[in-house]
Amino acid sequence: MKVLRYLLKKEFRQIFRDKTILAMMFAMPTIQLIILPLAMNFDVKHVKLAVVDNDHSSYSRQLINKIGASGYFKTVAAAPSFRTALTYIEKEQADLVLEIPMGFERNLVREGEQKLGISVDAINGTKAAIGGSYLQAVVIDFNKQLPINTANAAPPSGLINITWSNWFNPLAEYRFYVVPAVLVLLLTLIGGFMSALNIVREKEVGTIEQINVTPIQKWEFILGKLIPFWVMGMIVFTLGLAVAWGIYGIWPVGSFITLYVFAAVYLVALLGFGLLISTYTNSQLQAMFVAFFFVMIFMLMSGLFTSVDSMPPWAKVIANLTPVTHFIKVIRMIVLKGSGFADVYPELLYLAIFAVVLNGWAIFNYRKTS
Amino acid sequence: MSAVVLDHITKTYDDGKVVAVDDVSLQVAEGELFGLIGPDGAGKTSLFRILTTLLLPDKGSATVRGYDCVKDFKAIRSRIGYMPGKFSLYQDLTVKENLDFFATLFGSSIEENYDLIRDIYEQIKPFNDRRAGKLSGGMKQKLALCCALIHKPEVLFLDEPTTGVDVVSRKEFWAMLKSLKQQGITIVVSTPYMDEAMRCERIALIQGGKIMSVDTPDNIIAQFPVTLYAIKADDIYRLLTALRNEPAIDSSYAFGEYIHITLRNGSDIDTLRQQMEEKGHAHVAAKAIRPGIEDSFIRLMNQA
Repeated sequence: MKVLRYLLKKEFRQIFRDKTILAMMFAMPTIQLIILPLAMNFDVKHVKLAVVDNDHSSYSRQLINKIGASGYFKTVAAAPSFRTALTYIEKEQADLVLEIPMGFERNLVREGEQKLGISVDAINGTKAAIGGSYLQAVVIDFNKQLPINTANAAPPSGLINITWSNWFNPLAEYRFYVVPAVLVLLLTLIGGFMSALNIVREKEVGTIEQINVTPIQKWEFILGKLIPFWVMGMIVFTLGLAVAWGIYGIWPVGSFITLYVFAAVYLVALLGFGLLISTYTNSQLQAMFVAFFFVMIFMLMSGLFTSVDSMPPWAKVIANLTPVTHFIKVIRMIVLKGSGFADVYPELLYLAIFAVVLNGWAIFNYRKTS
Repeated sequence: MSAVVLDHITKTYDDGKVVAVDDVSLQVAEGELFGLIGPDGAGKTSLFRILTTLLLPDKGSATVRGYDCVKDFKAIRSRIGYMPGKFSLYQDLTVKENLDFFATLFGSSIEENYDLIRDIYEQIKPFNDRRAGKLSGGMKQKLALCCALIHKPEVLFLDEPTTGVDVVSRKEFWAMLKSLKQQGITIVVSTPYMDEAMRCERIALIQGGKIMSVDTPDNIIAQFPVTLYAIKADDIYRLLTALRNEPAIDSSYAFGEYIHITLRNGSDIDTLRQQMEEKGHAHVAAKAIRPGIEDSFIRLMNQA
């Protein structure tokens, strides 16, 4: 135990001595947590619209005004023809083209029927789909208020009237969804990267050689590496929660104890992952690349941006094979929904399995002799 | 009992493609100052790593103080001190912290074995609070030696301890080794410098993973089988080219301002000198000299 205590002392001493790394460990999560969720906003606003009005009637003007008043669209051009309007899309100056055909008002009044053309730039799929449907919604609304429809008086009976409310995130604000997940990601970076790089550095500098000829036990050395980063990780996690509350007003609905239990187990799993990388690599550069490879997968497949449920089956399998997915799921449940331990304990089981497998594999693979 | 025994040790890398150590057997006596002398890439470090339990040999067995290097690695690790060729202490820890750290790992303390390291430690003590990375080369080497000694090892392995260290520090270092030897510690040291070989009690000349000769430096020199001559002229390079084409010459190589040569049977140095002068070499001087360890090494190397 005396040896372990001294190992920890040495480890902390080194961490606190490297001011750059120390600053990065605390500044990085804070800054990123403040900036990233603001930028990672999936609410579609400022859809750029080019209008081709071939009718120039009061109806067409009403429709264009209504679209402008909705707040989601910015009319960037009123083009004389569809062909010129399309050039705006080609130059990326417009996302949508709305074409109002000649005789728009006349046909509506006389025939009670008229078609509209909407062309969408689908390079940015999300923006295209959402922008398109917003525009459709505005047109439908416009349609309802037309005298031809309102004049018909008596609303049709049996119309289903939908009222709806957002649970757990009343205003459906994206930040509530993203902030807890970004926090998990930052914890992953600290836990996975720092531990891997730290051990590989000992290999690179050659100090591990000197350690290996001492009678120090394998478990002492490994614990001596894991504990400091576990502690740092917990501090970063706390810091992250504080930022989430201070900047975004996100205060976990569920219990802190459950949250911290999960964070603790998650960090053990992550540190095992870092340790595993370090046993297979010989330089910090190698470790960095391998860690990056996995962190990219973690980021894109863990449900941080996209819902795991809507992934194809094979991707779902991969997603479930990363510890990150489970923790992101849980942290959202606890923070936003207030899920209790009974609701989330299966996920804890998953994380525990990750912790045991990753650490066991790493310890098995760590050898003092080559 | 021998402190270190190597018995037909072979080590290869890259699935047997590179042979680092080729069937090496040797013994180091208790309390001996033993030198492994050979050029870079001769296999010295591989041997050290096998003896310090960091590397598993492919074939053969090795023991340190009677403990097997593979089976009893734990017993060995607490009984040896190892100073790798590359400085491998924590550069971001101070002198004192490094020393404390390694003492603790061995379940000891600086005070416990202070006597052993006093002479060396006193020299770096003024820099106790300086980080190891900021020390000069000679200081680093002294600190590394202190760290290797802090647990009072029975056998000390020093892998090229004087490489990259200035002449004065090298001299000091060998004086330190001598005093350590007097305290009963067996020391195995490797070096690529031939002049340092003379400071060892016994040496092994190693080349290409093979041991060429093991003996005291004096004996190795005494075994030099023929007379060695040193010869020079005004244009030393022209002389060397001429000698290389001379049938009477057995071997010739430049050595400082002279060319060292050995002759074939039946040739004699005076005739050779005359021949050279006749060929237009000015101021040819030749004399018989006592071979050095380097001459022995070169001769053994050429025979192999």
